[in-house]
Amino acid sequence: MTKDETKQVVLDIIADIAPDEDISNLKPDVRLRDQMQLDSMDFLDIVMELRKRHNIEVPEADYPQLASLDSCAEYLTPKFTALGK
Amino acid sequence: MTSATHYDVAIIGAGMAGLAAGIRLAHFGKKVCIFERHNAPGGLNSFYSIEGRKYDVGLHAMTNFVRAGVKGTPLTKLLRQLRIDRDEFALCEQKRSRVAFGPRGEVSLTFTNDFTIFESEVARQFPAQIDGFRRLVAVIRTYDDVSLGAQPESARSVIRRHIADPLLEDMLFCPVMYYGSATEHDMEFGQFVIMFKALFLEGFARPLDGVRVIIRVLLEKYRQAGGERRMKCGVKNIVTRDGHAATLVLDNGTEVTATHIISTVGAPETDRLLQVAGTASGPTSSDAHPTGALSYTETITVLDRQPAALGWGDDTIVFFNDSEKFTYARSETQVDTRSGVICIPNNFDFGPDLQLPEGLFRCTCLASYDQWVNLPEERYREDKARWYAAIQRSAQRFLPPLPTPDALARATIATDMFTPRTITKFTGRLGGAIYGSPQKIRDGRTAIDNLYLAGTDQGFLGIIGAMLSGISMANFHILAGGK
Repeated sequence: MTKDETKQVVLDIIADIAPDEDISNLKPDVRLRDQMQLDSMDFLDIVMELRKRHNIEVPEADYPQLASLDSCAEYLTPKFTALGK
Repeated sequence: MTSATHYDVAIIGAGMAGLAAGIRLAHFGKKVCIFERHNAPGGLNSFYSIEGRKYDVGLHAMTNFVRAGVKGTPLTKLLRQLRIDRDEFALCEQKRSRVAFGPRGEVSLTFTNDFTIFESEVARQFPAQIDGFRRLVAVIRTYDDVSLGAQPESARSVIRRHIADPLLEDMLFCPVMYYGSATEHDMEFGQFVIMFKALFLEGFARPLDGVRVIIRVLLEKYRQAGGERRMKCGVKNIVTRDGHAATLVLDNGTEVTATHIISTVGAPETDRLLQVAGTASGPTSSDAHPTGALSYTETITVLDRQPAALGWGDDTIVFFNDSEKFTYARSETQVDTRSGVICIPNNFDFGPDLQLPEGLFRCTCLASYDQWVNLPEERYREDKARWYAAIQRSAQRFLPPLPTPDALARATIATDMFTPRTITKFTGRLGGAIYGSPQKIRDGRTAIDNLYLAGTDQGFLGIIGAMLSGISMANFHILAGGK
C-alpha cells in the first residue's frame, strides 16, 4: 500500500464517522484537529475502525502519530505493509 | 455443569442508554445482548397504545436540539458516535415555550431555539438583572461540564453571585429542575449547566411521530450491527464472587454469563440486583445508593381538534408556578399542583402540510410516591379522576383563556394519566423516581469490577444525555482499553 492509499483509508474512515465535516480540502501536513471539529471520542473511533476494517492495532501511546494525514501515512503504511497489504 | 450462554457484554435495560451502548459495542464486534423486562423498548421514554391510539410517555420535547452545521454539542456527538444521519430523526423545532410565574402567570419569559429571544425577555422583565444574567451565561458557556474531576458546587450559590432577584432565580431553576433534576431545592452546578445548555442555549425539537421514531432508529442500528435483544426477559439478580460479577440470573431462571455488564436500571435498583438472599457479596447498606425523592404524575388529554382551535396554538412547553416561592421537592400532598409543566405536542413546526392527527394536551406535576403506591384499586381510580381535574384547572391558568369555560371538556375525546405507581410498575424505578438517585456516579464504576452503570444515575440528563451516557460508558470501560 502506498502512502497516498493509506491517506485514503483514513479519509474514508473520517467520512464515515464525521459525515458532517467537509474533508475535500484537508491539508495533509496540518493537524486534523485544527481543520475539523474532532474530539477524543472521534479519534477513538478512527483507531477502532482501523482495527475493525484493517486489523491494524494502534496502542494508546501511539495516538499522537495520527495527528495529521501525513503522520498517519508515515505511521500506518508500514503496518499495512507488514500485513501484506 | 452445562455451560451458560456467554456474552462479551450484557446490558440490562433497553432504554436510550442501553440501546446506545449496545450499538457502539455491537458495531465494534462485541457479542452483546440487551435484556429488557418490559415488552416495549425505550425505558423512561417509551410509548403505548390504548384503543388504537398511540401515546408517548416521558418525552415532551427532545432537548439539546441544534441545527445542522453546529458542531461539538451533545446532539452532534451522539449522531457521530451512533452513525446516525440527522435526517433519520426528522426533528421538527418547537414554536416557542415559556416560563410563567404568578397566580395567573403574570410574569412570563418566552424562549425559543434562538437564545437571543430569551435574553431579550430577561432584559425586558428584569432590566436590573440583565448584566448579571449575561455574566452567568458567560460562565455557563465556558464551564467544562463533561469533566469528571470538577468539585461539586451548589447551583443556587453560583446563580446568586450573578442574579439578585429571587423571582428570576426561581424562573431559571424551574425548567432546568423539571427536565432533569434528581435533587430537591438545589442542584449541583455542573448538572445545572448541562440542563441550561440543553434547554436554552440549544433547544427543543421532536419528530412528528414522537419518541417512537428515535427508538425505531436505535433498534434498527442495533440490529444492523448484530446486537441481540431479549424482551420480556429481565435480569433477576447478578451473582458475584470476590467483587466480580460471575452470572446473571434471568427472570425465567436461565443463567447467562458475561465478561462485562452495563446496568441502566439505576444505582439503587442495581444495588438490589446484587443483594439476593444466599449471596453475601452485595454492597452493604452503608454504601448503597439513595432512592430519589422526586416523582411525577402526568395527565394526557386527547382533543378532537388542533389546540390552536382553542386559542392554544402558540406554546410548545410552559413551565409554571403560582406561588411566591418555587418548591421543587418531594410532594407533601398526593400531587403538588402549584407548579408543573404543560406540553402541547401539536405546537412544533412540523412543516406546512403536516400536523398531528389529534390535539394533545399534557400536564406534569410533582407527586408523592408514598401516597399513590399502596392505594386500593377503587380508591386509586377515584384519586386519579380527582387529581386529573385539579391538574387541568391549575395548568389552564397559564394558557390563554378558552373561548368558553367548557371548551376543553367538549373537545376532549380521550384521557389518560400516569402516577408514580405507574412509573415504578413499567420502568422498575424505585420510588417512581424518573430522574433517579440524587447521588450520581459520573465514572459509572460500582463495587463490582466488571459491572458499570449507564443512564440516568451516571448523571448525563435528558434523552440525549441518556444516550451519551451509554456511549461514554461503553467507550470508557470496554472499547477504549481494547478489553
